[in-house]
Amino acid sequence: MGPNHMKKLKTHQPFFWTLYRDGFRNMTWGRPLVWLILLKLFIMFAVLRVFFFRPAMAGLSDEQKSEQVGERLTSPAAIATTGTASPEDSQTQFSLTN
Amino acid sequence: MDVVIWSRIQFAMTAAYHWLFVPLTLGLALVMAIMETIYVVKKDEFWKKAAQFWIKLFAVNFAVGIATGIILEFEFGTNWSNYSWFVGDMFGAPLAIEGILAFFMEATFFAVMFFGWNKVSPKFHLASTWLTGIGATISAYWILVANGWMQNPVGTTFNPDTVRSEMASAQAFWEVISNPVAVSKFFHSVSSGWVTGGVFVVGVSAWYLLKGREKKFAMKSILVGGIVGLVGSGAVMLSGDSSGVHAAEFQPMKLAAAEGLRDGGRGAAFTIVPGVKIPKMLSFLATHDFNGYVPGINDILKGYTDNDGNVVPSVQQKMAMGRTALDALAKYRELKDSDPVSAAAARKILDENVQYMGYGHLSKPEDVVPPVGVVFWAFRFMIGIGMLLALVMLLSVWFAWKEKIGGMKWLLWLTIICIPLVYICGQSGWVVAEVGRQPWTIQGLLPVNVAISSLSVGAVKTTFFIFLAVFALFLAIEIRILIGAIRKGPELPVEPQNA
Repeated sequence: MGPNHMKKLKTHQPFFWTLYRDGFRNMTWGRPLVWLILLKLFIMFAVLRVFFFRPAMAGLSDEQKSEQVGERLTSPAAIATTGTASPEDSQTQFSLTN
Repeated sequence: MDVVIWSRIQFAMTAAYHWLFVPLTLGLALVMAIMETIYVVKKDEFWKKAAQFWIKLFAVNFAVGIATGIILEFEFGTNWSNYSWFVGDMFGAPLAIEGILAFFMEATFFAVMFFGWNKVSPKFHLASTWLTGIGATISAYWILVANGWMQNPVGTTFNPDTVRSEMASAQAFWEVISNPVAVSKFFHSVSSGWVTGGVFVVGVSAWYLLKGREKKFAMKSILVGGIVGLVGSGAVMLSGDSSGVHAAEFQPMKLAAAEGLRDGGRGAAFTIVPGVKIPKMLSFLATHDFNGYVPGINDILKGYTDNDGNVVPSVQQKMAMGRTALDALAKYRELKDSDPVSAAAARKILDENVQYMGYGHLSKPEDVVPPVGVVFWAFRFMIGIGMLLALVMLLSVWFAWKEKIGGMKWLLWLTIICIPLVYICGQSGWVVAEVGRQPWTIQGLLPVNVAISSLSVGAVKTTFFIFLAVFALFLAIEIRILIGAIRKGPELPVEPQNA
């Protein structure tokens, strides 16, 4: 395979492949940013997602999920604290503005 | 604090962190695209270098901000699993479209913009720069379609078999994506991004002028950034007006809380700060009629008649109808296999009361009142700072046009101070939008205490502090890289001494 043939092969490489390849190779100030993105994605997907953020309904079928949420909606225990202002809080806050 | 409060704080922190990056992405995208357009039209190398500098800062912001929104989706699945299931059918389409657009448009055209200066023609590069910004803007639209639906759940019906809000037809999808709340939120959010980008560009350029550096670049950047900020401010005001009308129509409690309005009425006054009011202005802003009726918190609790003559039930009545809906839902689910006739009757009762279903979970009427003080002051920070920013942008453009701004140190310092202020303004806007709609995750249908997963407080606290540490670290890195890039400055072409 002579040099001319190699040159011909190179010109047939897809545009986006060469764009990314040469772009990453020639990076200067952008290189730390790429490492930053990779580090962040690693922390997010390999640490936080795996160890801390397992979906609460993982492993359940759709029917089981419907059943679980239906139970939650219709259970009397669903009537609980809402985390909003109490009437006393509201009165105090009204005094700020009226 | 219980698990609901900790989960809300964690979600709020993540969303607020995400919103540090999004508005600058939207605003800088416009600034750099305009500068590159001038370069392509005038073929002046100065504008190419100017665009490249702002693209560099855009890239830093993009790199640190990228995928921060995905953490919100982690939290949906872990902390808010009931909510996630409830909205899954409705959220699926817009979030999938957003993901595909964000990935393909932004990743593709960002790469061409970033790597392609010497590989594609100037016009192709320019198109890529515009499409990067347009891709980010379209992504924002789909996210705000999802958010707008939570504020005004149109186009869906509750399916008691799946326990989900579902879109039953193409017509329903159209109703969801053309939701007036989503549309006005989109314009309000995107234009606030333009203000952020404009203020950032003007502030950074002002720093160069104060340092006596890059004078031509700074003056030109102030003109472009200032005009973007000014146009953004005008669009924010127009879309804010529309948001106010929608709040009055679909979320009157949010508007009442934002105004601290205990008792409403016709010709309601707008409170600038406690004790200083503009007569009839609130009625005009909410209804576009100086004598329009605006309900206060007590009116909403007790029930009232709206401007169209519709009688709005009291919260106590809504709670009763909500409990009727929940009882009917329980009965339907119990009997649907064994007694179809009774199940059908229960289904009918559910359908008649379903719009108030969420009220059935409340323990007292006052639960529908959000934290008034927080919403009231956040609203004033947003409007007050927003008006200051518009004025500063106007002055910056005017004095840059007159080529006098370089000698006006007070204005240069003011524009720099405006950089943190624009972020406070944007965050305050989200506080009004999200705290103002408490206790609902989905207006009228699902309160926060039912949307939550069964989690321990300790687990949520742990992830909260992990996030806090990680977010603080990445933010510190971004600020450091940004400051380094700003200190280094643009690599401008050398001009003749007499230029």
